[in-house]
Amino acid sequence: MSLINYSSREINCKIVYYGPGLGGKTTNIQYIYDKLAPDTKGKLVTLATEMDRTLFFDFLPLELGEVKGYKTRFHLYTVPGQVYYNASRKLILRGVDGIVFVADSQDSRFDANIESLYNLHENLKEYDLDLTSIPFVMQWNKRDMPDAVAVEELEEELNPEKYDSFEAVAIKGTGVFDTLKCVAKNVLRQLQAA
Amino acid sequence: MVRAEWAIFEEDYWAINNALEDLLHSSHAQNILLIDRTGQLISQAGEQVNFDLVSFASLCAADFEANYQLAKLVGEKDFSTLYHQGAKESMYLGKIVRGVVLVVLFDKRTTLGLVRLRVKRTVEELEIIIDGLYDKLEYRNEEYDDFDDSFAQEAEAEIDNLFVE
Repeated sequence: MSLINYSSREINCKIVYYGPGLGGKTTNIQYIYDKLAPDTKGKLVTLATEMDRTLFFDFLPLELGEVKGYKTRFHLYTVPGQVYYNASRKLILRGVDGIVFVADSQDSRFDANIESLYNLHENLKEYDLDLTSIPFVMQWNKRDMPDAVAVEELEEELNPEKYDSFEAVAIKGTGVFDTLKCVAKNVLRQLQAA
Repeated sequence: MVRAEWAIFEEDYWAINNALEDLLHSSHAQNILLIDRTGQLISQAGEQVNFDLVSFASLCAADFEANYQLAKLVGEKDFSTLYHQGAKESMYLGKIVRGVVLVVLFDKRTTLGLVRLRVKRTVEELEIIIDGLYDKLEYRNEEYDDFDDSFAQEAEAEIDNLFVE
């Protein structure tokens, strides 16, 4: 739920990175954090287990600068991917303005992608939302893996609605900013006069 | 019409700030924050803090939300207040309406009893302001809706500038 403060002239928007466990959601956020200039980013908050698995969420605030006199901020969140952390995932989706689905291209994770996408639909329903009403971008991550499924096949199975999609190798940064730019622009377009 | 589900207008912002300032003084707290349930900081009153307020607000919202789910599991509608006690610093969180949460940071200069008492009154005040604000959003004045094509163009240019490797 984007918040516009007309008095302090601020706009805050929430973007959530969703997807199966170990798919690279945190890696996306970590790369963004590492590459951005210090004055444009806040502290990266990570609530992770000792094994570096996301327990609750990662959080990174980004400051876009002033747009027509409004200080514009994006709050990036990741959700924990493991199936049994659904309660946490649901919490993070509250008030979401844009979603990036980080799919794992590996053949062995194909079913995990389908399950996570289904779970996203189910959780959005609880907030009376669906992907037609929220900016949604698909990221095909881990394109460098030897058993990566062909993009055409991923598109056919996971993205029949033809949402914007990007190939990525998040660990090297490939496709990370393209994905973020796309979802950020779509979120701000939603603020425009309908 | 702007799609944002909620917005704060000038007069409400000042009314909120006045309520927070009053609470700050009457409760002898160090800091008061008003956040929404998505983790966005709405306003703040009190001393300069030496930690990241944006992250703090996000974690407070997560804390409140997690406790809301815990309440449901044990058969409660919600836990309307939360209290975290530290050796020196403590926190008191209170639910307002529409998913807005009041966070009070305090130390030994005051007591939990006084904070709780003063928060109660402020919550009532803030509920009136926030409810009024939502009413306004339903019948909003067009003069506030200045997010046109040029806004999107400027925003997109900023995004291209910022997100470069």
